Amino acid sequence: MADASYPTDLLYHPEHDWAKVDDDIATFGITWFAQDALGEVVFFDPPDVGSTVTANDSYTEVESVKAVSDVIAPLSGEVVEVNEDLRGNPDAINNDPYGAGWMVKVRLSDPSEVDALLDSAAYEALLS
Amino acid sequence: MSTLNDNKLHADPGIEAHALHHEISVTTAGATPMQRDRATTIFEKGAAGRRAFVAPALDVPEADREQLLPPKFRRDAAARLPEVSEPELVRHYVKLSRRNFDLDTGFYPLGSCTMKHNPRLHERVAGLGGHARLHPLQTPERAQGALELMYNLEGALAEVSGLPHVSLQPSAGSHGELAGVLLTRAFHEDRGQHRTKVLTPDTAHGTNPATVTMAGYTVVKVGTNPDGGVDLDDLRAKADEDVACLMLTNPNTLGVFDPNIAEIAEIVHAVGATLYYDGANLNAIMGKARPGDMGFDIVHFNLHKSFTQPHGGGGPGSGPIAVSDRIRPFLMNPRIVKADDGSFDLDDHGYEKSIGRLRGFQGNYGCFVRSYAYICSLGAEGLADASETAVLNANYLLAKLREHGVAEQLPLAFGELCMHEFVLSGSPMKKALGIKTLDLAKRLLDHGYHPPTVYFPLLVDEALLVEPTETETKETLDGFAEAIAAILKEAGEDATIAQNAPYTTPVRRLDEAGAAKNPVIRQPL
Amino acid sequence: MTQYTAVTDADLAEMLAAIGVGSVQELFDRQIPANVRLGRPLDLPAGLPEQEVYAHLRALAARNVSAEDEITFLGAGMYDHYVPAVIDMLLGRSEFLTPYTPYQPEVSQGSLQAMFEYQTAISELTGLPVSNASVYEGPSAVASAGYLARLANGKPKFVVSRGLHPHARDTLATYAHGFGAEVVEVPLKDGVTDLEAWADAIDDETGAVFFAQPNFLGAVEDAEALAAAAKNSSAVVVGQYDPIPLGILKPPGECGVDVAVGEGQTLGNRLDFGGPSFGFFAATEAYLRRMPGRIAGQTVDADGRRGFVLTLQTREQHIRREKATSNICTSQALNALAGVVYLSWLGKGGLVELGELLLQRTHYARERLVALDGVSALHEHPVVREFAVALDVGGRDGVAAVIRRCQDAGVNPGYALGRDYDEFSDGLLVALTEQRSKADIDRLADVLGAAVAAERELLAHPPATA
Repeated sequence: MADASYPTDLLYHPEHDWAKVDDDIATFGITWFAQDALGEVVFFDPPDVGSTVTANDSYTEVESVKAVSDVIAPLSGEVVEVNEDLRGNPDAINNDPYGAGWMVKVRLSDPSEVDALLDSAAYEALLS
Repeated sequence: MSTLNDNKLHADPGIEAHALHHEISVTTAGATPMQRDRATTIFEKGAAGRRAFVAPALDVPEADREQLLPPKFRRDAAARLPEVSEPELVRHYVKLSRRNFDLDTGFYPLGSCTMKHNPRLHERVAGLGGHARLHPLQTPERAQGALELMYNLEGALAEVSGLPHVSLQPSAGSHGELAGVLLTRAFHEDRGQHRTKVLTPDTAHGTNPATVTMAGYTVVKVGTNPDGGVDLDDLRAKADEDVACLMLTNPNTLGVFDPNIAEIAEIVHAVGATLYYDGANLNAIMGKARPGDMGFDIVHFNLHKSFTQPHGGGGPGSGPIAVSDRIRPFLMNPRIVKADDGSFDLDDHGYEKSIGRLRGFQGNYGCFVRSYAYICSLGAEGLADASETAVLNANYLLAKLREHGVAEQLPLAFGELCMHEFVLSGSPMKKALGIKTLDLAKRLLDHGYHPPTVYFPLLVDEALLVEPTETETKETLDGFAEAIAAILKEAGEDATIAQNAPYTTPVRRLDEAGAAKNPVIRQPL
Repeated sequence: MTQYTAVTDADLAEMLAAIGVGSVQELFDRQIPANVRLGRPLDLPAGLPEQEVYAHLRALAARNVSAEDEITFLGAGMYDHYVPAVIDMLLGRSEFLTPYTPYQPEVSQGSLQAMFEYQTAISELTGLPVSNASVYEGPSAVASAGYLARLANGKPKFVVSRGLHPHARDTLATYAHGFGAEVVEVPLKDGVTDLEAWADAIDDETGAVFFAQPNFLGAVEDAEALAAAAKNSSAVVVGQYDPIPLGILKPPGECGVDVAVGEGQTLGNRLDFGGPSFGFFAATEAYLRRMPGRIAGQTVDADGRRGFVLTLQTREQHIRREKATSNICTSQALNALAGVVYLSWLGKGGLVELGELLLQRTHYARERLVALDGVSALHEHPVVREFAVALDVGGRDGVAAVIRRCQDAGVNPGYALGRDYDEFSDGLLVALTEQRSKADIDRLADVLGAAVAAERELLAHPPATA
């Protein structure tokens, strides 16, 4: 994706991850800033369905040619779906980080954790 | 139009880049002869039935081969190795060799790698049958020359390092590091202690933390102060009795000699931890200072750095270690011992506390022969001269770059002077001119130089780590400084030139992301 | 100034002026505190001119009894194969000998393509799809495979056949003590791994199993059965293979082996008193991202040309640091080049011919030796290049004495197994290469026969003590 963008309907974690919350299911991914800093993503290995993720902890890694980055969970819960398409072809993480580049869907264990996240304006302020 | 020749790759230093750089056409007609020559592997050459090997005739009575080796153990289909004649084989690999830039051909200022000249005498002596065709399990009485050579080499390394007990066994620097951390573990376990952490500075080479994990410890990073040395406060805060060891190199990867080394040793020893010296930068201090005198317990040497073992495109290397008295009991077996009658033996009896072996046999003897020949050739004075000249050359090159006015865009990351290498930051260059350290490196290739180390150490943004070594002439250094200046000037006029460099190398910039996404790591057959 | 440095007085003056210091000494005084300065010359002999260094190294060489000085049947992990002249020539070329690891791929296509070809050759040899560009040597390759297993499944136990090379077993134990794994050894039975004991030892805690093919006694193991015994566990099956017999032996990839490692010295590298050589490391696709060491991969350049780069670097220490698959940086590129050149020199047919020749000569040698008085086969299993016999000469000392007698007669009969195996204190391990002709084998039989007879005579009628 050529230009920076931070959709207003998403919530953001300071470690450059986003969350889209629908009742008790949240979708996670990494932000434009994160994919830009990484460069071209070459490998992504999603966690297992059924595994637990904890807010502020790493739940998987994303690799570019010359770097490996932890992906931080914005919220806690159980992984109910992973984006299998990314496994063989992680391009979408760069090209469409908020859409086809989604990484996991999680059933939230503590929905009140969303209060700690930032809205797009606050996140963008953090970046500047 | 195209008067390019692939000798550009082997250009004498100081010659300007070819004027037609970015106008080189993508079509075959515009490419260099070597670029037109498409990469073809040995597996894609030859034809069924061709051979370079002639097997000796069967001279023993022929037995039934399926009785000797029953079908259940036999291979069905032969391995699909190439089928080429000797001329084909030779031509393929000779042509392939020409697609490499090498140290004999040109300047190779890779920081942390000590690309100094590889004397050819060493190849001759290493090739002598008495050395090259000696079996490692030959009885010691019939390998006295080899054992004496190793014993003498151990002694020389002990003198250079200031630590008396040497093992030549490790195969490379990182293997020596593993030895060092495993020796540390044995040292603590012998005293009934089970520590869990090893400290490394944030400027450490990647092999240090990787080694720590392999040896079963957790890495704890120690910060760097604004002068480029270890942050003593951070070290004091983190050095406790759960720390097994601090791994350091001095001078460090920033080219800075840490003046607080004595105090660092005190802090580390006060909590009962060992102090490990990564010898990658030994070339700065041979005959001038010794890690043993600085308080280090364990040192590793890279024979393929300071001691001229040729790098071979990525090995072989050799990583002997030297240790203090208190670490000696744990050294690897076997050891070289000298008897009263002057004879030598390989001994592994009576060293119950030894950590054992880290590899087969005695180590990379072929590297010992070369390094030993080097030490014999140079002697005490010559080794000191090597370090003095290495430091002189680095400081001179730094001064020359400043003279050319590049200091603003490529400032020195720490201090004013340097030891045998220095780190520049390409961050200002990136902001002012729009070219990154990577682009500068790629454009240097067109000038006929191997670039310095890029993007290491991690602490410096857009790092460029330059180590000229002592075997380069002043003229070479002058030429290199001019090339850097020329590239910056060119970038000021047109940044796209460097951004799309190189132009004159056998291949141009390669798609590394594609190679990582869809790894093809063998020829499909 | 020495023959390798070039700073003349004129140069020095200019350089010091440019730097802005008065002397080279000042550069050190200003950066290294006085209390850690050496302050005296190194206590080493003075340097020597090339002629004298050569003479000294030659004199040392002359005090070694090499394969040029005796007919040698000594193996036990490294073997006196013929190294073709083309290898000397190629390895001596500046372009292969003197560059560094390929950090700038555009000017390292020679090295990178050679790695790619080497990886292909090893993959073909082992029947496994994935190979790296080399590791240090055999025993540490075995230990590296152990580390791979530890990171892959975290299980604390390694099951190891006693037929694995003693140095490999020792090295594995040393490494395992560091990263926390327990090594459990399975004994040999009649010269091969005790299959029942092996199967019994494998359980839920087993992270990896290790066997050698052929084993240290030269016997061909039932690799498929050994691998199959681990099928219901999560253990990584590691086979330590001698590469030369892979011309005729079923490759590890077809036997259920997950990771094949081994000593590469026999592929185009000299004995060199034990190194440098290289270790090969090949595996199934599943372990690609857990491989240690460098890997060269194919790609294209900006103009679409085929080229090669180091790839999957995120496994390695310079990127993944404490989480790397190993700490390896410098490996054995030049020796691996010799390996792929050698395999290309042998060629598809040549490797098979070599294997069949060794098979025949090894058999002949074993027949000739066991026909001697006081010499018996230590096991009856198929052998392909090395075999073990028992000498009835009263144990270790007798075997050592026999070896000495043979060496005095210009023949090195092999390795005293008692050095590593208490249960084979009377054992001798005899190795064949294509350089040992029938005439050499016959000479061995004569010399060994005489030596054994002499030692048995001494045992039967010891000299009267004064």
